Parts: sequence; C-alpha cells; structure tokens
Amino acid sequence: MFKHLLSMDQLSADDITRVLDTAESLRQVTDRPIKKLPTLRGRTVCNLFYEASTRTRISFELAAKRLSADVINFSADSKSSVAKGESFKDTAWTLEAMGVDAIVVRHGSSGAPLQLSRWVKASVLNAGDGWHEHPTQALLDIFSIREHFKDLSGLNVAIAGDVLHSRVARSNVKGLVTMGANVVLVGPPTLIPIQARSWGAEISYDLDSVIEDVDVCYLLRVQKERATEQLFPSNREYAANWGLDSRRVAKMKPDALVMHPGPMNRGVEISADVSELPRSIVLDQVSNGLAIRMSLLYLMLGGAEEGDVS
Amino acid sequence: MAQPGRKGDDFAVKARVMESDDIRRALTRIAHEIVEANKGTDDLVIVGIRTRGAPLADRIAADIASFEGVDLPSGALDVSLYRDDVGLRGPRNLEATTVPADLDGRVVVLVDDVLFTGRTIRAAFEAILDLGRPKAIKLAVLVDRGHRELPIRADHVGKNLPTSSGEDVRVHLTEIDGEDAVLIGRKDGGVG
Repeated sequence: MFKHLLSMDQLSADDITRVLDTAESLRQVTDRPIKKLPTLRGRTVCNLFYEASTRTRISFELAAKRLSADVINFSADSKSSVAKGESFKDTAWTLEAMGVDAIVVRHGSSGAPLQLSRWVKASVLNAGDGWHEHPTQALLDIFSIREHFKDLSGLNVAIAGDVLHSRVARSNVKGLVTMGANVVLVGPPTLIPIQARSWGAEISYDLDSVIEDVDVCYLLRVQKERATEQLFPSNREYAANWGLDSRRVAKMKPDALVMHPGPMNRGVEISADVSELPRSIVLDQVSNGLAIRMSLLYLMLGGAEEGDVS
Repeated sequence: MAQPGRKGDDFAVKARVMESDDIRRALTRIAHEIVEANKGTDDLVIVGIRTRGAPLADRIAADIASFEGVDLPSGALDVSLYRDDVGLRGPRNLEATTVPADLDGRVVVLVDDVLFTGRTIRAAFEAILDLGRPKAIKLAVLVDRGHRELPIRADHVGKNLPTSSGEDVRVHLTEIDGEDAVLIGRKDGGVG
C-alpha cells in the first residue's frame, strides 16, 4: 500500500478509508479473550523516541505485540548511546544492522522521519516530528469522528488552541480536508500561523462565534515545552477566551463532540467538568489509536516486499 | 482494489461444471450429512470462511433449520490475519468475523467454497482456536479440487473435481457474483 507513513499529504481519501476499515475489523480482536494475532510473527518493530511520549509509544508497542511482532523500545535519554554523542544517522544504521522491519520515530526536528526513510530499508512511521506532523494521531481522530457521524463530508470541525506549535493540528487539517470536512482553526492570533489559510482551513480568533455551528470541537494542548516566548498573557486569560468550559459547551449542538489529543491541561484549554462529559471522547481516541496503529502495521508490513499484488 | 477473493483477471473459462440446481442439491445433501454425522443438531455451529464460504454457511444453516425445525447458529470467519502467506502478497482487505460468542464444547463445521492446498483451512483452525475450544471441528466444502499441501481432508464434499495445477476453479454465488455456478478454467501464465 505504502512503504512509509511520513505525512497525511501522501494519503488519498481512499487510502484513509482503507486504513479506517481495516482498523474497524482489527478492533474486534480487542473484545475477545485471546487478543493476539499471529500475523506479523518474526517481524521486528523499533520505537525510536527522541521526545517524551506515553500514549503514542505504548499504543505502538501494544499494536505491534497484538500482531505478534517483536518490539524494541529505544528512548534517546541519559541511559542511551545518544547521551554518549551518537548521531541520528549512526543510531539509524545500528538499528538497520540489527534487522528491524519498521521504525516508529518521534523526533523534535521536523523532517527527521523523512531523513530516516532515506537512510534505512525498513518502513518508517512518523510518530510526531517537531512542529510538522503526527499522522497516526490524525488517523485515529478521523476514525473516532467517523464512529459517531459515519461520513465526514460537510462536518464542521473546529481545532482550537496552539495551532502554531501543533503537529497534531497540521496532520488533522490535511486529513479532515481530504475527507471533505470544513475545518476552522481557532485561537489567539499569536498561535495561529499566517500561512494556515493555505491548508484549506478557515481561521477565527473568537471561539464563541464558531462554537454553535461545530460538530466537533477539537482542543489542542497548550504546549508549555515548545513555547519559548510569551504568546498569551496567562493561563487564566487563555482559558477565558479560548478554553472550553461548561458555559461554552451549553451553546454547542446536542450531538457535537469534544476531542483532545492528550495529555490535557485541565483548567487551561479544557475545564475539568467538560473533559468528563459523555460528549468528550478523549478515551475513545486512545483506544481507537491502538486499532489504527495495528491497521497501519498490518497494511505496511503485511504486504509484499516489492510492489503491491492486491 | 481487487474484488474480494479474486486473484486477478488471468482466468479463461473452459467449462461450467456445476449450475445453480447442482449447487443447491449438493448443499442440501451436505446439510443432511452434517446432521446425520452429528446425530442431530445439538452443539452444531456452522461457520463460513470468507469470502465465499460465508454465504454457503448461511445456506446450509438455513437448510438444516428448515428440515430440522431448529434455529442453528452460523457465522463468518476472516482468516487473512492467520494466513501463512502474509508478507508474500499484498495485504488483504479485512472483513468482519462474526462467530457466535461461545464456541467452547460446540461442534464447529467450517464451510468453504473450494478445498485446494489446505492452507486456508489451517489458518481457519488457528483462528477458531483463538476464539474458543470447540469439541470438534469438521470441514464441508462445495468443491474439492485436490493438490493438498497439508494433511487436511474434508468431511463433507459437494463435488470432487480432479484438476491439473495449471487450472483454476472459481465458484460464483448469487450473494456476491450475481449467479450460482462452478467454473473451471485455465490460468494464463499464472503459477500453481
């Protein structure tokens, strides 16, 4: 189907639908007593993480294990060869020499997965690169939305918050636009990149003016670790203007969803009570992530080496 | 995207070996054989292997229901994730596995359209055993074309059809292909 997954740019609506349909079938396995499938026996998947992660790494690890692949976790921390000064390229070649079939990579630099895909023969899956993209997050989000609305075309999706530093926003805009949804980016002007209009999304600086029309309100995490300058006055002011609280939820359509990629800053972009409403599907997003990652590993590693026979 | 279960269009029809009536009679006989061998319908579960085993299983279950007057559980099994040729060909499109919840202690009758190398059936064994611990697994097929690569045999066969390895057998079913027929043909340049 495709050798690497680097960006949502590479996926057509048909590709996305195939990944989602496959995930739908694989999700059944999660509900039965024996949750393991023999499909990827003998394959090895390496999680190569240069940035902190809990849910993405665990989700990829569990997805690979559910399909019987062997999993290696490499965190570039003080205990690894990176602390001794090993370069990204040398680390990649070391993994290649050990014979891994897929590398799941998260890196602080945009484009690191693309670079990696040029160095190694293994499949590369982007698990988040800098401010660039986080395609598996977008796929699991689209899967979660499709679960509720069946068809994404014509849906109004607001993505609110720190769009500037958000790879989740970039991947989601691309995927949602490909699937025919109307996307509006909402946040303080300092956190909405000026080129965002060229992504095919609308821009608004006022959450209250769009909240009544949306089918999905997707809240982005305020990324304290990426913001190097003061981009909004205070958490309190951010919450008052762009956070989702029960007062704003009351204006939403009755069946509209609240989503968040996690980890949540409760009281900043989302209030604690809103995060626990039935319309908040944050935990569905997490469990759907497992099915999406199983689907991708199956479609990318379960295929023929050369060309696609299907 | 290829049609489910179809390997490409390198198939030139040589003969039609079963028509709609032949298929109906064969399935009715298989249905009676299953009940006779099981000494009744107790514990029976009919499970079709996707793609074309699934409608066959439904028909057999409906047949048994009509002459025994019982509602027989039936289901469909997708064995793609259990195949031994994962990685040798493109990833297959997955379909839903719908098997009655509890297989423990039941007699599972697997149903498929064509029995050939036996590798699909081997994958189905593994898939079934991950879902439960049946008392027994039986196998019913519409066509047995020979050329087994594993020590597997069918308990109930609609038609034995000796073929050469250069030939291919296709089963058409109304539910999927719009007609009932069994075709034999030559694979153009295909490998056995």
